[in-house]
Amino acid sequence: MIRIIKIVWQTLRRPSAYYSLGFLVMGGFIAGILFWGGFNTALEATNTEAFCISCHEMKNNVYEELKTTIHFTNRSGVRATCPDCHVPHKWTDKIARKMQASKEVWGKIFGSINTREKFIENRKRLALHEWQRLKANDSLECRNCHNFDYMDFTEQSNRAAQQHSTSLASGEKTCIDCHKGIAHQLPDMQGIEGWH
Amino acid sequence: MKNKFIGFTLLSVLLATITNLQAEGDSLATLRNATAIADQKPTPSIAKTQNSDVKQVRSYPMQPPLIPHTVRNYEINLNSNKCMSCHSRQRIRESQAPMVSVTHFMDREGNFLAEISPRRYFCNQCHVTQSDAKPLVENTFVDMHTLINMPPEQ
Repeated sequence: MIRIIKIVWQTLRRPSAYYSLGFLVMGGFIAGILFWGGFNTALEATNTEAFCISCHEMKNNVYEELKTTIHFTNRSGVRATCPDCHVPHKWTDKIARKMQASKEVWGKIFGSINTREKFIENRKRLALHEWQRLKANDSLECRNCHNFDYMDFTEQSNRAAQQHSTSLASGEKTCIDCHKGIAHQLPDMQGIEGWH
Repeated sequence: MKNKFIGFTLLSVLLATITNLQAEGDSLATLRNATAIADQKPTPSIAKTQNSDVKQVRSYPMQPPLIPHTVRNYEINLNSNKCMSCHSRQRIRESQAPMVSVTHFMDREGNFLAEISPRRYFCNQCHVTQSDAKPLVENTFVDMHTLINMPPEQ
């Protein structure tokens, strides 16, 4: 084994004797394009709703719940898909989230929420993770669509305008502080700040 | 002969009733009105829920207050009660919403509990939103105070 590693290392260290520099540069360039294209395509493929709900855990629980909410069907027909809210749009954040999500592959393989009962049992833990994440990034995924700078308070109801122009405007509160359970059902809210 | 007579009377009464019903059928206020049984009446558009946040008057003192805002997707179940995140005793300072009535803290024996009584947990069992729908039938309800102040009928 060590011998093989040694041979590979020595081959890599030696200057190329047969191939021209141009060939190596161009070859590396083309291979790079292919590799990067493939990587990005695969990444984008995992970033679609079809991919998310290809697992029954997502399809039968959270996706079914989403269907009844305003983020699924509404007057203008603009809808949010799973990754719109659960995966950051910026590349670095997205890769960080994707690496975290490898834990979810583990969960899928070992069936940690493969029944409705297990899902309900874990709902609070899962919800708390998402709330923490959104709290930490100042509700980044909400703000991808709901941009505070372009909110027209006069178009909002009195209560909404009052709260958005004070707590949200001052940065004291972020979207997720009040808007919990807007796309999925809530877990047991005992002990959650702002609830009874 | 007598049997025949009774039969004839019954038949004429029946016929009279049927014609009467048919005549009334057009004027009766039903959801279908006079739409023929085989037809489908055009569906009216769904009314908008009122969202003014302005307290509405109560028609009588014990009427459960109406909800002057939309409550779409508010969950009231074993896990959570969305209404209580504004209307509970602990939350009203921040929300400036009216607090649930003290009667809601009483159990059926009249003892006051620390939290709202489980029998009062489901808010929308009594409290409802209002929509801008046109009433199907005219309402002639007269408020008690208006009634007291009416001039006595001669």
